[in-house]
Amino acid sequence: MEVQQFHYDNKIVKNFLYATMFWGIVGMLVGLLLAFMFLFPNVTDGISWLSFGRLRPLHTNAVIFAFVGNAIYAGVYYSTQRLLKARMFSDALSNFNFWGWQAIIVAAAITLPLGYTTSKEYAELEWPIDIAIALVWVAFGWNLIGTMLKRRQRHLYVAIWFYLATFVTVAVLHIFNSLELPVSALKSYSVYAGVQDALVQWWYGHNAVAFFLTTPFLGLMYYFVPKAANRPIYSYRLSIVHFWSLIFIYIWAGPHHLLYSSLPDWAQNLGVAFSVMLIAPSWGGMINGLLTLRGAWDKVRTDPTLKFMVVAITGYGMATFEGPMLSLKNVNAIAHFSDWIIAHVHVGALAWNGFLTFGMIYWLVPKMFKTRLFSRPLANFHFWIGTLGIILYALPMYVAGFTQALMWDDFNPDGTLVYGNFLETVNEIIPMYWMRAIGGSLFIIGVFVMLYNVVKTIRSGSKVEDELAEAPALTRVSKKRTMGETYHTWLERKPIQLTILATIAILIGGIIQIVPTILVKSNIPTITSVRPYTPLELEGRDLYIREGCVGCHSQMIRPFRSEVERYGEYAKAGEFVYDHPFLWGSKRTGPDLLRIGGKYSDNWHLNHMYDPQSTSSGSIMPAYQWVVRDEHDRSQVQDKMRTMVQLGVPYTEEEIAGANESMAEQALQIEKNLYSDPDFAKGYEDDKKSATENGEEFIEMRNREIVALIAYLQRLGTDIRAKESNELVSENK
Amino acid sequence: MESIDGIATYPMISLLIFFVFFSLLFWWVLTASKEHIKEVSELPLDDNEPNNEQL
Repeated sequence: MEVQQFHYDNKIVKNFLYATMFWGIVGMLVGLLLAFMFLFPNVTDGISWLSFGRLRPLHTNAVIFAFVGNAIYAGVYYSTQRLLKARMFSDALSNFNFWGWQAIIVAAAITLPLGYTTSKEYAELEWPIDIAIALVWVAFGWNLIGTMLKRRQRHLYVAIWFYLATFVTVAVLHIFNSLELPVSALKSYSVYAGVQDALVQWWYGHNAVAFFLTTPFLGLMYYFVPKAANRPIYSYRLSIVHFWSLIFIYIWAGPHHLLYSSLPDWAQNLGVAFSVMLIAPSWGGMINGLLTLRGAWDKVRTDPTLKFMVVAITGYGMATFEGPMLSLKNVNAIAHFSDWIIAHVHVGALAWNGFLTFGMIYWLVPKMFKTRLFSRPLANFHFWIGTLGIILYALPMYVAGFTQALMWDDFNPDGTLVYGNFLETVNEIIPMYWMRAIGGSLFIIGVFVMLYNVVKTIRSGSKVEDELAEAPALTRVSKKRTMGETYHTWLERKPIQLTILATIAILIGGIIQIVPTILVKSNIPTITSVRPYTPLELEGRDLYIREGCVGCHSQMIRPFRSEVERYGEYAKAGEFVYDHPFLWGSKRTGPDLLRIGGKYSDNWHLNHMYDPQSTSSGSIMPAYQWVVRDEHDRSQVQDKMRTMVQLGVPYTEEEIAGANESMAEQALQIEKNLYSDPDFAKGYEDDKKSATENGEEFIEMRNREIVALIAYLQRLGTDIRAKESNELVSENK
Repeated sequence: MESIDGIATYPMISLLIFFVFFSLLFWWVLTASKEHIKEVSELPLDDNEPNNEQL
């Protein structure tokens, strides 16, 4: 048989590794800043692009797509070439993948702090960036499948299957969740509204965790753990069962993010059932990873790579045990909206994704630079300080979640809430926020130590950008099954057929959940008193989206006695039919806002936005002074309304034509209301006088952003309150 | 839920999809030959590279 010589592309792997470390540090530092904002809410006082609401999506996107994303590419590009005994299909595609992805990250790092966001979690980027993501992702998949077609290894190892499923599923998820109608270059509205938007979003959101943070990393686990332990995976048969059952079941589980919400019950229950089932394949995979080390545990004692991987797989096991538990409705009732979820995701992110990446880096860097790791003690130090960081991060957040959730639910014997003031429940857990910030700091110190170790290692090594390898060319075999070849053996050498089967497996769950919710009208009962937002309220809602209010405030009152008592009537599916996008939120750092309308005066809202601590002593909400000061650009309102009409919101032509007058009228009314407070009237008139005396331009209150935001907040939840009679306005069946 | 036409067939279809899916999966896994499994599971280790003992 002819032996061919070829070169592995190490340069692209090296580039992705550098990007992983760089963006990892950036993303984690943003996270640390956010952790300190819980303790010092106004630490970035007055700087709009460093405010909590805008930085939170930057943190999640940077860690998921920049840190983990680049780590995936690094690991996939390294292992795919070796598993298939071929250089990547096209250097041009590899480079396009690398530079395109970095450009997208930079675009995200600029647009998110500036407030350009769709508000849908982990899909916040606006439509032009969404298109760029799709293009780069297709280049990645093309490169991957191309490499498979020119491979020199007949069989496709299970890691490759995981990479394939990742490519296919992320493409499907990204495209369907990002369907949005543009208003302008950086503004769009989701084509789905309310309940439907929520379902599609969490089908995406949950599977972003499944197919971006899990399946590619499982592929990496199946390659790098055997490599580092120098023995094959514990059970290859188990890995086949793991792969197919995981991708088949995972895709259904999304609705567990929406338990007790206005999503139809059948969809909620489907989500619960599949989430519980998920424990089987997840733990199968974890056991497979850990048992690979059987008879090699002595190596774990000395080899930093294996140490990191053991903790990573353990973290995977813990997070995937917790996931199904959190999906049980009674557990979810406590955990949802609380810091428990923050603990859960950080066990996944810090331990599973973080530590597996670190283990991979410690293994890959010496290998690629033909040298030894600069310092093993430093790597061990990183391991211990990182592990301690995870524990110090997660444990206090569990305590915080439990404590706060139980306080939210606590009733006096007379039926009133024990902690009627939400702030009491926040102040109780401030010590936990301190410990979390310390835990996060330890974790980041570890990453800096790794960076130093890696730089020193690289300096002592030699660059091998194209590594020589040799392997015999594949002889052609029949497309059909050969003599004695079973069906699976045949399929395992057929990348295209394998891809198609994986696609079918993931499409079944998505179709069964989403299509009926969108097509069957009876799933979303309509409520006649629910009307579209007025033009000013619509503009105010866009400010709410821009400032990322949804990161800390839910708009979803669950049908619990404690929530109805605290916030008002529970949410109905029909209330959200004009909400493009939905703003239910997933975390209550502050109280729910669904029924905030009419609860406080306009003045209260203005003072609260300007200086939250003045109206709510001890509040950890940051000030939004620029919203109070800045002139509001409402020039696009008619385009926005027309876009909404295309999405099915019943604005009439007259309403659109009269949008500017309508806004002026409503804004003027709010300005008048504000005058009812003598303090405001005096301060405002003084400001106006001093501005005219100094010849400065003065922005009338009615033209400022705050007025639109107040209009929106005062509208929230009032549609069905107007009907608070004995009449049944809707049913949640 | 009651308002959806023919809803009773859904549980049956779901059960069938599941039964068929997992039957095929286990048939695939259990009938795979030992040599094949051994060969494929050793793929990551077969790359003529020195092992990472000197890390």
